[in-house]
Order: sequence, then structure tokens, then C-alpha cells
Amino acid sequence: MKELILGKLNMQSLPHEWFTIGGTVAFLGLTLVAVAVITRMKRWNWLWSEWLTSVDPKKIGIMYFLVAGFMLLRGGIDAIMIWLQQALSAGPSHGYLSADHFQQIFTAHGNIMVFFVAMAFIFGLINYIVPLQIGARDLASPFLNTLGFWLYVGGVVMVNMFFLLGGEYAATGWLATAPLSGIQFSPGVGVDYWIWSLQISGIGTTLAAINFIMTILKMRAPGMTLWKMPLFTWGSLCSMIMAVTVFPLLTATLFLMYFDRSIGTHFFTTTAGGDPMMYVNLIWMWGHPEVYILMLPAFGVFSEVVSTFSRKPIASYTSNVLGMIGVSAFALSVWLHHFFTMGASADVNAFFGVMTMFIAIPTSVLVFTWIATMYKGRIRLDTPMLWFLGFIAIFTIGGIAGLMMAIPPADFQLHNSLFLVAHFHSMVIGGVLFGIFCGLSYWFPKFTGFRLNEPIGRYAFWCWIVGFCMSFIPMYILGLMGATRRMDHYDANTGWQALFIVMFIGGLIIMAGVALQLAQILASFIQKNRLRDTTGDPWDGRSLEWAVPSAPPFYNFTVIPEVSTRDAFLDMKQKGLAKATYEDIIIPKNTGAGIYIAAFGFFASFAFVWHIIWLIVVSMIGIVVVFIVRGFNEESEYTITAGEVQKLEEARIKHAKSVVLGKYDTYEEDLGLKELIRIVIEFALDIVKNKRWQKW
Amino acid sequence: MVIAKVINHHEEEAANDRVLFGFWVYLMTDLLMFSVLFASYAVLHNNTFGGVSGGQLFSLPIALTETLLLLTSSFTVGIGMIAARQRDQLKTLIWFGITFVLGLVFLFFELREFAAFIHEGHTLQSSAFLSAFFILVGTHGLHITSGLLWMGTTMAYILKRGLNTALVRKLTMLSLFWHFLDIVWIFIFTIVYLAAFV
Repeated sequence: MKELILGKLNMQSLPHEWFTIGGTVAFLGLTLVAVAVITRMKRWNWLWSEWLTSVDPKKIGIMYFLVAGFMLLRGGIDAIMIWLQQALSAGPSHGYLSADHFQQIFTAHGNIMVFFVAMAFIFGLINYIVPLQIGARDLASPFLNTLGFWLYVGGVVMVNMFFLLGGEYAATGWLATAPLSGIQFSPGVGVDYWIWSLQISGIGTTLAAINFIMTILKMRAPGMTLWKMPLFTWGSLCSMIMAVTVFPLLTATLFLMYFDRSIGTHFFTTTAGGDPMMYVNLIWMWGHPEVYILMLPAFGVFSEVVSTFSRKPIASYTSNVLGMIGVSAFALSVWLHHFFTMGASADVNAFFGVMTMFIAIPTSVLVFTWIATMYKGRIRLDTPMLWFLGFIAIFTIGGIAGLMMAIPPADFQLHNSLFLVAHFHSMVIGGVLFGIFCGLSYWFPKFTGFRLNEPIGRYAFWCWIVGFCMSFIPMYILGLMGATRRMDHYDANTGWQALFIVMFIGGLIIMAGVALQLAQILASFIQKNRLRDTTGDPWDGRSLEWAVPSAPPFYNFTVIPEVSTRDAFLDMKQKGLAKATYEDIIIPKNTGAGIYIAAFGFFASFAFVWHIIWLIVVSMIGIVVVFIVRGFNEESEYTITAGEVQKLEEARIKHAKSVVLGKYDTYEEDLGLKELIRIVIEFALDIVKNKRWQKW
Repeated sequence: MVIAKVINHHEEEAANDRVLFGFWVYLMTDLLMFSVLFASYAVLHNNTFGGVSGGQLFSLPIALTETLLLLTSSFTVGIGMIAARQRDQLKTLIWFGITFVLGLVFLFFELREFAAFIHEGHTLQSSAFLSAFFILVGTHGLHITSGLLWMGTTMAYILKRGLNTALVRKLTMLSLFWHFLDIVWIFIFTIVYLAAFV
């Protein structure tokens, strides 16, 4: 009877180790505080109708940023824990984590950073910027967009679920290599959590990718041909086409893995004719392109930034686009370089080795177009440009390390070593994460209506660069000395400990960089009226997103612009901006269907993890019912008339003029770090001295 | 007023075009999911672990019957679409009704086949070959089931609201989905059933 209701769930599976209890307390505490604050401020209704059920890609983009930022901190703590363990655990000392904890932590770190941080930031940027760049008011299917976002949130909750309802997380590495991840070797629920957190967020990704392809191909402003599209949109299009190509493979593979674990099939088992190497092939057919799915939009960001901040059109737009297309095409045929040691024939290894080296060609073309854009440009070194320059340096080092590993005989030595770990962190931090930071600082004025604080942003950037080099250059060296990845303990006479300690210190410097980024946002909020972007075009931009006010109204454009050249907005500025006109606008209505389906999907996944049959059935029925109700709802849009648009626009202009400058807005310059600390301390002292909490 | 209607009509055409295009992209993703299942079947079909092989297990007449049922249903769905485009509600309902019944009969045959295998002790736990077979063919059956569910609700809505533009669009996607499943079945028939006897 108990099994019927709770499946495999029981008291033993509640959290009982110090690190899960700590996580549980922290998560519950945060949730309770959030709930208390929202209830106190009576904001539930507002939250539900303005944000949670919103189909506005701009709001969904912001929500992606918030969740991803939170997960970046969560995954960052994992990284520090890994580094600390490795710094301590030499010789007689075994560090502070058991081997099993350590494995769970690096698995969670990898999953969180790739799926729930990088993917989410990239989707946030695409959501916010692509419709603005192509002159659209919304996505092709606003409903799929909110559904995709909430499925992603379901995945986020699922990956953290072991904190709340126990069990454990997978201890198998981020791709859960078979047969280790089979039921025979991983009998706990950790791998099931892994499967279902990836499964629901992955399905969300597929839906979102279909939506963006529809949007980019079918909803561009009149006159914007493919060859006039801004490069960030191009990067996003390439990335989304890759996503629809490979994410279905992930979905199917995860299902097969789950069947192996739950109903006893034999796809990837070591018995009854199963084939574990088939799993490794299938998962990397998705896993390798996945990295490029993250990378291509970041390439697009860099193209936009380098052109804007060099005040030149991108050098050889055509080569740049062809470079991105080339990268996406080649990326689909290199997956085997992740396991040259599988034992495939020399010919097979040679083919994939050569294909891997080929990828360097379109990638180099991209790098050269960026460098050529800077040549003879009038370069401004604002923070977005700094992130770009940092990217070029680290990406080149990482890329060359990658080429070394593309040589199969060399890879037999480097395989599974820290050299590889250093390589892909160079690509994913130096490439993707710096691209994200670059894009966030570049478009921040567009998101919020005020630009970011400059000096603190520079400190943050330098902390990241220095911290990165300190933590990952020793990693290359350690890898060449033979240190393997995922290692929780090593012999003292290897002499590695000094380098591991340097890496840990580098990690702390990166953390300082993250803290500075948070301080930067705080400082910008304090001075937001001084930093206000009144023109909508703070950087002298070139593409259409700068043609609308910052932050854009929910309908984006009062009138859809006509495009005739590549740098469409620059062209408009040179010809003189037209006087505002107004037209009727059709706007999709908000819908809770996305949340409902994602919630049912989450419950179903949870039930799959713990084998709770009734909950699976109920959730599935729930999903089908919401789909049918939503699918046959024929009134999902409403119209705002030209007159109403005009009123909204006039109200916005009036509001912008009536802004009152605060105490810190009259400063000559952006707040410095010292200044910020002084203000924060004064604020805290003021609360304590004058007992301001009594008012709350 | 007339101009507004023209604009609306144009909007509607564009929306139709977008949705159908998106649905095509979705079908491609679904096809890729099937491709994983086909690939694993191709890799594992000889791994019978000392148990039965496809040639000993399958019955070609049943597979052929299933194929003919699905092919016929693809034909009837086509006729149904012609009727839907002409906004002939009764004919649409009749032809989609026939398709529904054919799908149901197909599903009956498939489940009976599965039940017979399991009854003889050939389950998806027996060998990698049987795992791959059951999951591949079963996934197709699951698709057919969701197609039937979709068809049923759409027909109910047609009865309720009459055959409007939105519902014709739904039927268009449904018919695409149905043809797609038919094509996948042709591959299953060839690669799973026919190839077992080569």
C-alpha cells in the first residue's frame, strides 16, 4: 500500500548528510524569505499576471537571466568545493569530502553550468534581442516560449530536488557514461534525477528552438533578407538549427537510458546483448554540438560588440556568416573525438580527427573577421569590448589546446586528463560565459533603461581574467603531468599540491569577480537616474534593437520598420529618423498554460524518479487536458488601437521627463568601489541606528 | 472596414504559414527521435542473447495487414483534408471518422501482436534485440495513440463549433502528422519486419 502511494520514496531518502541538510536549509530559507516578502508587499497578483504568465519574450528573457544567475552562483559554489577538495587532498589527507560526495558535486557542477546557466543565459539573450533585431513584436508562438521557459525551470528544480526530497544526485560525470549509469552500478535515484532534469529542460529547449527558427525565418521586418540580418540573429539561427537537430537525439537517448534503469530493457547494459558504447556515441552526437549551440550566439554577440565599439561595419560580413554556418555544419560530424580511446579503427579515428581540425578553419575565419574589424577602427574600450578582448585571448589558447587533442595519438595521452578539463573550460568560460557577460553588459541599458557602472565592471573583468588564468593554466600543466580529471585524491610525492592550491586561489579570485559583478549591478541601481539611457541608443548602435526606447514597450515597435541595408538602424540615423506614427497592434494574451504543463511535467518526472505510478498517470492526464484546452482556445490575442499606442507612447515620454534625480545621481562619475562600500555601510548603519525595521 | 478585413486576412495567412512551417520543423525533430530508435535497432537486432530472432518471431501476414491498414488510413485522411478545405463538415467528419477507426484497428493488431510475444515469454527484458524492437514499434504505436486522441478531440470541436479556419489548420497539421507516422511505419515494415526474413 505504501509503495502504491509513495513508490520508492521513504524516510531514508530524506536529506541526512551535512551538505544536503545545509542545502535544504539554505533553499527553504530563501524560499520562505521570498514568499514572506511577496506576501508582505501584496505582490502575488502582480507577479502572476505581469511576470509568471507573461508571453512577452522580453520578460521571459529577464526571467531566464534571473534563474540562470542564481544557478551560476549555485554551480560556482560547486566549483569552489571541488577546488578546495583537490587543494587539500594530497597524501595522508583526504580532504573534507568523501569520494562519493565529490563525484556528485562535479556531476552537478557540469550539468548546472551547461544546462541551467549557459543555455539559460543564451536563451535569455535570444529571447530579448532577436525579436528586436529583426523588427518583430513577438515570437511566432508565444505559448511555446513560455512553455519552454517553464520546462527549463522544472529542470532547475529537479536538479536541486535531492536537497529537498532526498536521495542523492548522480555520481557519474555530467554525461552519465554507460554502463556506470546503469541500474547495476548506480542503483540509487541520482541518475534518475539527472535523466529527468535534463529530459524536461531538453524538451523545453527543443520547443524553444523550433519557435526561434519560425520567428527568425518567417517574421523579419520587410526588406530584411537573410543576408541583411544582424550577426547575433545569424548566430542564434545557426545555433537553433543545431538545437533542433541534436536535442531530439538527447531526448530519445535519455528515454532509452531510463527504460534500461526502470523497466529492464537492454540498450546500454553489459548483459543480454546491450551495447554501452552505443550510449557513448549517442550522447556525444548531442553533447558535442551542444557546446556549439552555446558558442554560436556568443559569436554573434562578439560580432555585434566588436563592430559597434570599433565604429565600423563588421569586416567581411559574408565570411563571418559562412564561418558560423561552417562551424555548425562541421560540429555535427566530430563527436567521436570525445572517445578516440573507444577502440574504433584507425581510419575512423583519423576521419574524426581531421574533421575536428577542419572546424578550426571556419572558427579562425570568424576570429580574423573580428580582428580585421578592429583594424583602423576607432575603438572604445568599454566593458563589453574588454570582455571581447579577454575572449579572444583565452579562446585562442583553448582552441589550440583543442587542436592538440584532435590528433588521435596525442589524445590517447591527454584523454581523461586535466588538460582536457582546462581546454573545455577555456572554451566555455572564455568563449560562452565571456560572450554572455559581454552581451549582458552591452544590452543591459536596453533591458533596464540605464547602463551599468563602468569602473566596478572593469574590476570584475580583471578579477575574472586573472582568476581564470590562475586556475586554468596550472590545470593544463597538471594535465600534461598526468593528473586525471574527476580526481578526489592524489599521492603527495606527485608534487601537484602547490599547483592545486594556486588553482584554488584562482577560483577565489573568480568568486571575487562574481561578487564585483553583483556590486556593479547594485552600484548601477543606486545611480540609475544618472546612468539613464534616454535615447534608446547609448552605444551609437547599428542594429534595430537600438531604434526602440530602453526599456522597450511591450509591443517593441510602434510601426514595424522597413529595412534596406545591413546596419539598418545606422542607416536610419544617417538618413534622419522619421516622425513617430502609430498603427493598430495585435498582442498575444498572457497564459498560465505554460506553467501548468511544466508543473505537471515536473510532477510526472518526479514520479518517474521515485516510481510513483498514480502520480505519473495523473500528471500525464493533466498535461493532455491543458494541451487540449489551450490548443482549442481561439481567442489568444487582443488588439490595441493606434490611439491607445499613441497615449502609451506620450505617457512614456512624459514619464521620462519627470524623473527626479536622487542623492547619488548628481555625482560627476560612476560610483567607485570605495564609494559603494561607504554607501552600503551608511545604509546599514542608518537602518540599525534609526530602527527602520519597525516600519516594515 | 474592408481594409481592416484584408489586413486581418493577410495576418491570418501569415500566421497559418508560420504555424505550418513550425509544425514541419517539429516533425523533423520527431523523425530524429525515431532515427535514434532505428539506429539502436540496427545495432542491436542481432544481439538476441540466445533467444528468438526476428525471423523466428514475426509474422509477415500480420505486419502486412497493419501496413495496409495504415496506408489506407493515409488515403482516407487525404480525402478528409480535401473535404475540409471545401468546408464540407459532414464529409470531413465521415472521412476522419473512417481514419480514426482504421487507426484503432491498427492499434488493436499491434497490441495483440505484442501480447502474443509477451505471452510466449519474449518480453523487452529478454534481449537487446527485443528491447529495441518493442521500444521502436511501441513508440510508433504511442504516436498513433496520441494522433487518435488529437483526431477525436478535433472532431468533437468540429461538432461543437463548426468547421472554422482554426480547426482546418488543426486538421492540416493532424494530416501531416498522420502521413508522417505512415512513412515511419513503412520504414518499420521494411527494416524490422521484411529485413528479418532476408
